[in-house]
Amino acid sequence: MIMRLMKYVLQDVIRGKWLLFYMLFFLLVTEGMLFFTAGEARTVVGLMNVVLLLIPLASVVFGALHLHNGRDFIELMLSQPVNRKSVYIAMYVGVVLAFLGAFVVGVGIPAAIHGMITSNSVLTLIGTGCLLTMCFFAISFWVAVSFNDRVTGLGVAFALWLLLAIIYDGIVLAITVMFADYPLELATIIMVVLNPIDLARIIVMLTFDYAALMGYTGAVFREFFGSSMGVTVSVASLLLWIAVPFWLGMRKFDKKDW
Amino acid sequence: MITTSSIIKTFRNRNALNNVSVEFPEQCVTAIVGPNGSGKTTLMKIILGLMRPTSGSFTIMGQPGVNNAAAREHMGYMAQIARYPENLTVSEVIAMIRSLRSDAPTVNVDDLIRRFALEQHLGKPMRALSGGTRQKVSAVLAFMFKPSILLLDEPTAGLDPISTARLKESIVEARNAGTAIIVTSHLLSELQEISDRVVYLQDGEVLHNGSVHTLMQQTSTDSLTDAILTLMERGAA
Repeated sequence: MIMRLMKYVLQDVIRGKWLLFYMLFFLLVTEGMLFFTAGEARTVVGLMNVVLLLIPLASVVFGALHLHNGRDFIELMLSQPVNRKSVYIAMYVGVVLAFLGAFVVGVGIPAAIHGMITSNSVLTLIGTGCLLTMCFFAISFWVAVSFNDRVTGLGVAFALWLLLAIIYDGIVLAITVMFADYPLELATIIMVVLNPIDLARIIVMLTFDYAALMGYTGAVFREFFGSSMGVTVSVASLLLWIAVPFWLGMRKFDKKDW
Repeated sequence: MITTSSIIKTFRNRNALNNVSVEFPEQCVTAIVGPNGSGKTTLMKIILGLMRPTSGSFTIMGQPGVNNAAAREHMGYMAQIARYPENLTVSEVIAMIRSLRSDAPTVNVDDLIRRFALEQHLGKPMRALSGGTRQKVSAVLAFMFKPSILLLDEPTAGLDPISTARLKESIVEARNAGTAIIVTSHLLSELQEISDRVVYLQDGEVLHNGSVHTLMQQTSTDSLTDAILTLMERGAA
């Protein structure tokens, strides 16, 4: 049942203009970075900054809109002899697969043309982008299910992106400056784990081993765990950032009055 | 066919439905009528499984209806607003709904498509269709599985006169074949043409539950429109 429904959700999203723009954007940006920037590290760091901002933004906006615009269709689905959880899983997986495909193609084709597709850092960037896509779609679906009003839902989703992508780093920096005289390693690690975008940044940066590019939190992470353990802890935390909002969203969807 | 027992539905300390116990028998068209906010849509949504009652219960063909998706195996639903995935074609939407009940018997879908004049739209994406044409797609989806129970929420909204007539024919045919039909509409003259029974709701309470004929007798009127107006005036007084 999930596969049947998912097939049609995927077909619908793939044919939309949004997805084409999304793929073309990554295609052009990646090609531009690879063409104009010298050195693998610089290219990947440049791309990483785009990925860390754009994937969460596109995912929360599209995810919230998709669920709100599809409300009447969801009602039709739920009036069929179909388990509510199946509808939620099919919608989530269908949309996420479409966006994952667009991102992988958009970054992968230029990277393959320039002979960088087997590079460890490019593969890590693609993998991290995929995890961020899953994470922020899970968050946006949860938010969209939690608010009946479309504008409120979209506003909350956007505010979450703003907090995690822009404001959070400022808060972390302010705390580390204010409490500079205290041992902050553990607190910093906890603060990083509480932000999926910071986790994604650290996963990519740990593959370079460039202390200068890692910033304070990345350096603390490497020092505390070492590079490979740091990546493992980051990936595990990011997986939790996918699983927990997904589960909360599905639970809300299952109990919601439509 | 469907029996509700003491259903209460509360939204923020306000009872949208208050102790609603009604039956929707087979081979019968039951109109749910009432002023805006009377609880019609809430009752329909509870039967469809879109909402859960705060208390009370209901059965669908003898099976418990609450939290039981399988009970909707024999149900057809036509929503007031027909919105579908915009980039799927009409035939894909029909195939998708068909795939959800692969074991259920269907009527000849081609006949239904012809009846609602959808042949030339089958390959078009849903975003390219007018509201009326989308409503015709909803009609095909609702009647497709030879449902034993049909729920029609403002079914003629946006339909042209020919399609409205075809829909009424389909409703009468389904009723004669034994289907229990529940319909809401603001067009009371239309409801009088097709309905056998009326459930009149006001402020979430059932004020009338019986045949159209009995209602007209009780209100000393000769049309459903006048009878409902009389009930509304009594309720407001």
